[in-house]
Amino acid sequence: MGSPLQSIPDAGSSATALWASAPFDAALAGEVQHLVGRLDVGQKLWLSGYLAGSLASAAPVAKPAVAGAARPLITIAYGSHSGNGEQLAQRIGQAANARGLSFVVMDMLDCRKNHLQEAKYLLVVVSTHGEGEPPDHAKPLYELMHSRKAPKLDQLQYSVLALGDSSYAMFCETGRRFDAQFEALGARRLHDRVECDVDFQTAADQWVEAVVEAIARENPENAGVTSPSLALARPSATIATAHTRKNPFHAPLLVNQRLTGRNSTKDVRHIELSIEGSGMHYEPGDALGVVPRNQDAEVAAVLESLPFAPELPVEVGAQSATLRDALTHQLDIGLLSRPVVERYAEATGNDALRQLTLAGREADLQRYLHGRHLIDLLREHAPAGLEASDLVKLLRPLAPRLYSIASSLRASPDEVHLTVSHVTYESLGRERAGVVSGALAQLDGDVTAPVYVQRNPAFHLPSSSDAPLIMIGPGTGVAPFRAFLAEREATGARGRNWLFFGDRSFWSDFLYQSEWLEWRKRGLLERIDVAFSRDGAEKIYVQHRIQQRGRELYAWLESGAHIYVCGDAQSMAPDVERALLAVVREHGARSTEQAEEYLLQLQRERRYQKDVY
Amino acid sequence: MSLPPRKTLASPLDELHPNERLKHDSRYLRGTLEHGLADPVTGAIAADDTQLTKFFGIYMQDDREVREERRLAKLEPLYQFMVRVRLPGGVCTTAQWLALDAQARATANGTLRLTTRQTFQFHGVLKQHLRRHVQGIVAAGLDTIAACGDVNRNVICTANPLQSAAHAAATETAQRLGTHLLPRTGGYREVMLEQPAEVAATNEEPLYGPTYLPRKFKIAIAVPPQNDVDVYAHDLGFIAIVEAGRIVGYNVLVGGGMGMTHKVPATFPRLGSLAGFCRAEDVIAVAEHTMLIQRDYGDRGDRGHARFKYTIEDLGVDWFREEMAKRLGRPLEPARDFHFESSGDRYGWIEGEDGLWHYTLFIENGRVADTPGKTLMSGLREIATLHQGIFALTTNQNLIIAGVPAALRPRIDALLHQHGIENVASHTGLRRGSMACVAMPTCGLAMAESERYLPSLVDRIDDLVRAAGLQQQEISIRMTGCPNGCARPYLAEIALVGKAPGKYNLYLGASANGDRLNALHRENIDETQILDELRSLLPRFAQEREPGESFGDFVVRAKVVRAMLAGRDFQL
Repeated sequence: MGSPLQSIPDAGSSATALWASAPFDAALAGEVQHLVGRLDVGQKLWLSGYLAGSLASAAPVAKPAVAGAARPLITIAYGSHSGNGEQLAQRIGQAANARGLSFVVMDMLDCRKNHLQEAKYLLVVVSTHGEGEPPDHAKPLYELMHSRKAPKLDQLQYSVLALGDSSYAMFCETGRRFDAQFEALGARRLHDRVECDVDFQTAADQWVEAVVEAIARENPENAGVTSPSLALARPSATIATAHTRKNPFHAPLLVNQRLTGRNSTKDVRHIELSIEGSGMHYEPGDALGVVPRNQDAEVAAVLESLPFAPELPVEVGAQSATLRDALTHQLDIGLLSRPVVERYAEATGNDALRQLTLAGREADLQRYLHGRHLIDLLREHAPAGLEASDLVKLLRPLAPRLYSIASSLRASPDEVHLTVSHVTYESLGRERAGVVSGALAQLDGDVTAPVYVQRNPAFHLPSSSDAPLIMIGPGTGVAPFRAFLAEREATGARGRNWLFFGDRSFWSDFLYQSEWLEWRKRGLLERIDVAFSRDGAEKIYVQHRIQQRGRELYAWLESGAHIYVCGDAQSMAPDVERALLAVVREHGARSTEQAEEYLLQLQRERRYQKDVY
Repeated sequence: MSLPPRKTLASPLDELHPNERLKHDSRYLRGTLEHGLADPVTGAIAADDTQLTKFFGIYMQDDREVREERRLAKLEPLYQFMVRVRLPGGVCTTAQWLALDAQARATANGTLRLTTRQTFQFHGVLKQHLRRHVQGIVAAGLDTIAACGDVNRNVICTANPLQSAAHAAATETAQRLGTHLLPRTGGYREVMLEQPAEVAATNEEPLYGPTYLPRKFKIAIAVPPQNDVDVYAHDLGFIAIVEAGRIVGYNVLVGGGMGMTHKVPATFPRLGSLAGFCRAEDVIAVAEHTMLIQRDYGDRGDRGHARFKYTIEDLGVDWFREEMAKRLGRPLEPARDFHFESSGDRYGWIEGEDGLWHYTLFIENGRVADTPGKTLMSGLREIATLHQGIFALTTNQNLIIAGVPAALRPRIDALLHQHGIENVASHTGLRRGSMACVAMPTCGLAMAESERYLPSLVDRIDDLVRAAGLQQQEISIRMTGCPNGCARPYLAEIALVGKAPGKYNLYLGASANGDRLNALHRENIDETQILDELRSLLPRFAQEREPGESFGDFVVRAKVVRAMLAGRDFQL
């Protein structure tokens, strides 16, 4: 716990100078100092994370915080569904701050035309979703830049960090398009675009250093005007999650309870882990990262089909490990992706495979990839001429799995709860399971799970405890809403709450049913609407219920309600959005365009938040 | 005479059992049921409403076997409903049978249950199907109102109206009584049948009033010499007095009933007391007055003491006779002579007085379902399609295929055989006389298994019966999962009443014709102990019995148990 603490200013006498320049009047400064003085180390850690979180969810997050400062040198804009984009944007800010460069971090959603026109350096972190789609928060900017309203950007220097997943065909497509369009609008590329796969850390770190260094070189006069308040607020957000993917907390299992009834077609688990003594803190809406580990049997099968000794040392990234360890902890040996097949075909000189990856054979390739794991590839196409070092290079890193946290620390201190769908399927004659969900579902007895908190400030409760909430969370998407309601109950929040839930069967798939009923009885949950798709002749989903309850839902929105959507990004979130648009159109007597603007405005006000995956 | 202190209709509402307030405030049984049925977030209805739906023949239950598993999974219990049909006299047309059979497969658990009150029960009806289910029954010309609740229940009668003119007259009386004593509330039609609200009368229930009866009220009619209905076991029993093939009137029995609570001596089964005789034309009036006497004098403070049997026990039969004379305008006449032979059914083909034939089919515990090698439900469906006539239910959970012309018999025999459901000649008299309530997993009161367990227990007792050479001896054996008495256990020669999973009280010594209660022989014993008891008693009975002596009479004569002459002694 030593090192991260050092970046927190000591509240004692040595900080007097610091407080003198703090943006508080003397009375308030005294009160805050007094208050901070009463906190122990853990409480300070928690509070710093809390403050950083509430800053991040207030729009827009701008820095420097020092009053009267000039326009910042660097504009950092992020757009991603997960917290990764924001986390990287903050990393850039830290790097800039370390060199005395002023900056502003903003969610792309808040980035308007004038921001582009006034910026000198623009650093963009953006992810790609589905079939090359921009994330929701990037869409307005993306559309602006591709419209006739797009500004000339001759004054601007920029660079793009593109986040993606190479198992999708349109890998990093949004980043590529932003990059190309900035250039087309006259901006000058400060540094080449960098594309990151699911294991983005190393590539992203290098890009951050390179772009910030380039800006520092061009602006030597700025160096040294470090603002203490800058050094304070941001890093603390990282400190609050001292456990990271690389340094996870081994959280003891408390409960592994199946939630779905005996006739269910699904196996959904309620997992409770202890984080007592970890110093970990989270807010409702945050996610828990679970460090993955491939199943021993799966690793053994791969090793058997390879002509290498399991204990052979190999280099993965900058670390060395045995082949067995690398295959167990670091490399994705599950579903194949295009780059893996390409690289494998290349490394083994396999012509049939190479043919499959040629342009124009996308459909054949997708058919081949469907349900195929590494083990299938190795068995079908022997690794002729392949070295162990080649193999570890061609495989993708094993990505951690993020789960929306289903609990509130205020209601369940020292615990973190997850709602995990244990997906198993049969493919090519074998039973397969999700790497992490399978491991979590099998947790039993006196065991631990390696975890860390992934903050998700774009999906937090409103700051006002009186604000009404509309929560739309079918399936395991309901998890954060259990956290929201538990939090609101624990804090005595008076805002009205409305939940939309859906799944397949009322009798067996109604996740946390008895808890919702209890909260409804106590008056905490004012409304709950449910949709079960396989109970009747017609398939009913949450979007149908939203439209059926349109009049009342619109009235809630007009009274200041915040809408949260969590769950499937492929079809549920767009279907829900269409339903919301229809509700606003119909009950707000608006045109389609006006309804879209209405929802966009809600997003800008952080009253329409999504956590979809 | 001085009356023991009891809370009655005359007492302030707030001094009565909470159910009285509930009924009073329910707007004639409407409660919040409409809202509860429309709530999609739970498979249940409000707790208060579950008391009210009973009056509509609907009990909320849950599958007790998955209750704990679902609690841990944070799912509510697997709520479902039992729906009971009102079927006075136990008679339905074969067309109605087909409709109920289809309804069971569409919106219930795919089986039918024939009950000891001569009607149908459906199990496993989900809330979302409840209205459709009830409406399907109504579309078949039947209904479910007053099949449960604090009202007059399904009126039962010695089976098969086609047996003789007297049977027909008794059945018709049962049906008239059932209709006459129906609750009149529009709540049933509005909420369950979704019919438009009628203009409500100030008092929708001229007979019952807003708080209905203190508890359930049961009427039975027996046509001697058969006592299949166990006429002594009901609040009001009528024994038909037949002269020259005509019913001239009825002996009136008051204050019978089965239910009790283990270890509470103030609760006990009681046989009806003979109060007199009424002429056939007065039977409706006598029934109504009896029910209203209970309405006015029944104990509304303690539901465990609210049945008419306790009113009679506390106030006496003479008091009842005086009260009846006041209301009727004349006293009941002295009781006439009668004679009962058996409380069992007569199995197989029997010729009626008009030359038509009637086949009484043994249905183990009344459960109509298809099982491997024994397609009872399908078979009866085919028979009901072939035979356009009447199916008569018996109060021993059996079925009579009634009014069959001689020419049709071979085809029905063929179907019975084809489906493996004909009465098995090798069945012992014990099995033919066996009866069980539903109990686990749906009945909320059950403390032990009953319907699912009795057949296998009878298999084991049958070995003892055969070893003793008693396979043709009629012996009644009845099992219930709790002491409330749905299968009328206290009138069985051998009774097993559930105490805990796998544990039963063993009662012995009731008469074979239903006019004497049994008595506790062993308490809280398991299967091995039950078999041990019978292993010594059955051979003794085979060797020592007197000609024509029943097992129940034998164990009393042999002083295995005492003769239970009054219900009040039952738990002493």
